Amino acid sequence: MRVSLSWLRELVPVTQSVEELTAAFDSLGLVVEGVEHVGGANLTGIITAEVVAIRPHPNADKIRLVDVRTVTDGEVLPQIACGAWNFNVGDRIPLATLGTTMPNGMKIEARKLRGEMSNGMLCSARELELSDDHDGIWILPSDTPLGLPIVEALGLKPDVVFDLSVEANRPDAMSMRGVARDLAAKLGLPAKDPAADLYIKGLYDTPNRSVDTVTAGDLCDRLTTTIIEGVRIVDSPQWVQDRLVMAGMRPISNLVDASNYVMFELGIPSHAFDLDKLAGECIGVRWAVDGEQIVTLDGQTRTLSVGSAGAVGIDGATPNEHLRDGVVVDGNDVPVAIAGVMGGHETEVTSATTRLLLEIAHWSPMAIARSSKRLNLRSEASARFERNTDEQASSPAAIRFIEICRETCPDLRVANFDSFYSAGVPAARVVRVRTERTNLLLGTNLDDATVASLIAPIGFNSTLVSPGQLDVTIPSWRTDCELEVNVIEEVGRHFGYDNIKRVVPLSPTVGRLTQTQKDRRLVRSILVGQGLDEVWTPTMIGDVELTDAGVGTDRTVRLSNPLVIEEAVMRPGLLVGALRVLRHNSNHRNPAIRMFELGHVFGPPRPRQIVPYEREYLSVALAGDGDDALSARRVFNSIVSALGVVPSAVLIEPDDSIAGMHPTRSARIVGAGTGFPIGAFGEIDPDVLTKWGIDRRVGWLTFDLGNLCNLPRRGPHLEAFSKYPSSDVDFAFVTRNVVAAGALIGALREAAGDLCETVSLFDVYRGKGVVDGSRSLAVRLRLVASDRTLTDADQLGVRERCIAAAAVLGAALR
Amino acid sequence: MTDVSLEIELASLQAEVKAAIGAATSPDELKVVEIAHFGKTSRLTEFNKALGTMDAEARKLAGALINATRASLTATLSDRRTVLLAAARRVQLEAERMDLTELVAGPDDGPGHLHLITRTTQDLEDIFLGMGFQVFEGPEVETDWYNFEALNFPPGHPARTMHDTFQVDGGIPGDVVMRTHTSPMQIRVMQSMQPPIYAVMPGRCYRRDTPDARHLPIFHQIEALVIDKNISMGHLAGTIDAFIAAYFGRDDLKTRLRPGFFPFTEPSAEFDITCPFCGGSGCRVCSQTGWIELGGCGMVHPNVLKAGGIDPEEWTGFAWGFGIDRLAMNRHNLGDLRDLLDNDIRLLRQF
Repeated sequence: MRVSLSWLRELVPVTQSVEELTAAFDSLGLVVEGVEHVGGANLTGIITAEVVAIRPHPNADKIRLVDVRTVTDGEVLPQIACGAWNFNVGDRIPLATLGTTMPNGMKIEARKLRGEMSNGMLCSARELELSDDHDGIWILPSDTPLGLPIVEALGLKPDVVFDLSVEANRPDAMSMRGVARDLAAKLGLPAKDPAADLYIKGLYDTPNRSVDTVTAGDLCDRLTTTIIEGVRIVDSPQWVQDRLVMAGMRPISNLVDASNYVMFELGIPSHAFDLDKLAGECIGVRWAVDGEQIVTLDGQTRTLSVGSAGAVGIDGATPNEHLRDGVVVDGNDVPVAIAGVMGGHETEVTSATTRLLLEIAHWSPMAIARSSKRLNLRSEASARFERNTDEQASSPAAIRFIEICRETCPDLRVANFDSFYSAGVPAARVVRVRTERTNLLLGTNLDDATVASLIAPIGFNSTLVSPGQLDVTIPSWRTDCELEVNVIEEVGRHFGYDNIKRVVPLSPTVGRLTQTQKDRRLVRSILVGQGLDEVWTPTMIGDVELTDAGVGTDRTVRLSNPLVIEEAVMRPGLLVGALRVLRHNSNHRNPAIRMFELGHVFGPPRPRQIVPYEREYLSVALAGDGDDALSARRVFNSIVSALGVVPSAVLIEPDDSIAGMHPTRSARIVGAGTGFPIGAFGEIDPDVLTKWGIDRRVGWLTFDLGNLCNLPRRGPHLEAFSKYPSSDVDFAFVTRNVVAAGALIGALREAAGDLCETVSLFDVYRGKGVVDGSRSLAVRLRLVASDRTLTDADQLGVRERCIAAAAVLGAALR
Repeated sequence: MTDVSLEIELASLQAEVKAAIGAATSPDELKVVEIAHFGKTSRLTEFNKALGTMDAEARKLAGALINATRASLTATLSDRRTVLLAAARRVQLEAERMDLTELVAGPDDGPGHLHLITRTTQDLEDIFLGMGFQVFEGPEVETDWYNFEALNFPPGHPARTMHDTFQVDGGIPGDVVMRTHTSPMQIRVMQSMQPPIYAVMPGRCYRRDTPDARHLPIFHQIEALVIDKNISMGHLAGTIDAFIAAYFGRDDLKTRLRPGFFPFTEPSAEFDITCPFCGGSGCRVCSQTGWIELGGCGMVHPNVLKAGGIDPEEWTGFAWGFGIDRLAMNRHNLGDLRDLLDNDIRLLRQF
């Protein structure tokens, strides 16, 4: 909503500065998004002057020294250095005097230019922000009086326009009337109401006209029509044109402008039909028939709808409700306007128009919002209908329209001033407001009278029912207010949010993280400690990306209205995100990255659920030099260790068919005993990496964080450790490649029994001395007893059992 | 052997040994000298042995002379050893001299880095943990009921058009959406516990906005919800003041509330903070206003409390939410939000 200061001053006697008014608007929630100085409002200090002499600058080729005066034959002012060459002695030009602040914020001061003083500035039209002309200094007509403020010399009308952002709950602030009312209340000034005390001069009747009809009461509950005869199309009076321009609307003709003027003044849009083009000289309101067409004022053919199957309600309405357009029809039931959105081309006012039908309707805000959204047709009118209009203002709006038209059409006659209610005249809404509740919510200490007096100036009239209880009548222009709390907000707004005493509340509980939140932080710190960088990648990915990652696109969750088709799938895992990051950094010559991500992934809804299955996954991608599947395993082990997951609760199952992963270097991670899936580790499939242009080995680990954390974990109690000396037993077993090292280690651990504290693989050797297809695995067992020092017999026993167990796996001592 | 001749002989020996000590150029050479001149077969030892053949008077005199010589030579030896050890250490250390910039790049170059969004989220969580709040998380895919209806956006409400919503395929159209804000967590938290509630809820949100430097279709918010007896807007403003001071680590930043509109709070406000770059004097970042708009807030709407199963007459509460990314942008002078999801390591490694 663009509010000009001159128009505002007609309604409120404001004397405040622009800054003070901006602060007042902000505090009312009418946020000032911009302040424009128009018509030379920012040209103080710029006066007309005459060029008396021009001299070359002794030290600069492109600059000249100019003498000017501001009184005919008067005193010559101190010289000015000027870089423009388009003027001559005797020309009259705009002079920015010392101390002037230019529209762009530059301050004019006396200063030296290449050793010569300059005492002001000669201005171009662009420097004055009056046109884009930058051909040189603005040469004014030769009869321009000297020494006049430029604003006067040019006959400008300085003004200030505040661009206000109006929230959805402020239908009243979509009009000068409402803005003035709110501001006046804040500043303690009286406001003039342009809708007050209006009556129609010279009303008469045309008895033969058909009756207007409303068949869609849920679309329109009040329709006001007025017949105006004896009009002609001319330009609007200048003051109407000026105000429309400042409000952001192009003047068109007196009749169209009058309608727009009333819309800005009272917030009530109206539409003028050429009565002679309107069959039956009447209108009706109904819902559109599917497929019905109308050519709108902008010349476009619009196809209207009552909704179609399968359409999506973007705002939660059912498809049919969402896609339903309302229309205004003529006496033959042919659409002549899209309700609340735009008029029709056929019945448009033209230079031939002499008789009007002025339609002012009160539309269902939701119907108009949906219709304008669906048709992608936003107008000043639809913006107001969406917020709801003041239905009590229909008649004043019609009368204001007539009055403004009368300035250019003094002979006009008004007939048939009708207001039709489809659901009867609505009763005034009264809300009970408790002062104690008001103070509780706002944190204030107001009494009944103060509460009432804060909102009285904006039309909320209160009756004291009993101490602390007010019955507040909601004004017709505040259709948003229905509840006590809505009125309390108005009290707060006019009390001033900044005047509320600030207190930090004391929580009765201690702040703490849940186990899951602690686990998440722990995992992050472990990974960062290992040199991994954390990434956050987008949730929405593309089908092609998924296919290129070797992951199927079936059983994925999809968006029905993606921004672009490449972002239509909700990620089923974190692989595509990792590939994107690897590719991006690879393209920037940083391929050797090691990273992790923690994020939500999505699968189809579980049985009897409508919401997709959503889990939190962790992924680790290791593309550092020398990284491979075992690097991923190492990272996994450190996470397991940090979380205190019991190692035997985790089972690693090699699998050559995990989507997107290296067939011979990957394994599933499952819960031991339960087989419950947790995740996988290994390497990314080399074919996938090639598709993504990544030419290095990438270790990969991904798992469901919740599932891993739910495995049996070390309790809070410490485990006792032996106070007796330990001893180590080393073996080197030649083991066939098909036998997993893990299997050998497991067998040795089992064979060693209770005395075995740890088993560790400390060397792997392939080559001379070891037959092909086998490798030597060097393993160290640390033995300790909890209650005694180990004997030679203990060690010998373990040794023999281990050799026997290894033999079962075909492994022999080297 | 007369005293005089002993004296001369000892003097000669002393001169000879001192010369030998002086001639040693390393601790090892000195060791050889020590064995030759102080050992069992050295002349000095032979003088001692000769004492046994003397009478008591002569032995006393000669012993004193010999001991004096030995003491003097031992001192010389020790001094020389100190000098030579020091010289040897200098040589050794010089040989070990290392170019401390000769650092070969390797995979273990320090720890990794938390993402800026994580860092910011954890910073905020920690501030609120300190104020006695709990942290809650929830799903990113929501039903229409949680995302809108329970938050007092009835079906068809124009306020819904403020949120350009991603719809999830399947089921009843429009029933399942990507959450457009963290506010559905207000309802989930109310359903999960009884008041008093002091909670913050960070998380990823989605709006169907075309990406630009200041908007992403994927963004991160943090929501706060406080429900207790007698909670007012004064508490809301006080909490915002406290966390802004803590997050920015400065006491000079002011906050202000401007009336605003959200269906789920009433009264509603937008909250601004003093521009942290210019301190309020006006700059490019704050479009010369001196203020940065941070988020929305207000008193929880009675309809929302009811949807969460809480009696609005018994309890009141406030809520606010704002963009984590936007806050980080302001704190760290990030020019383009899109950089956050590109994950260029040159950005990641700065935090």
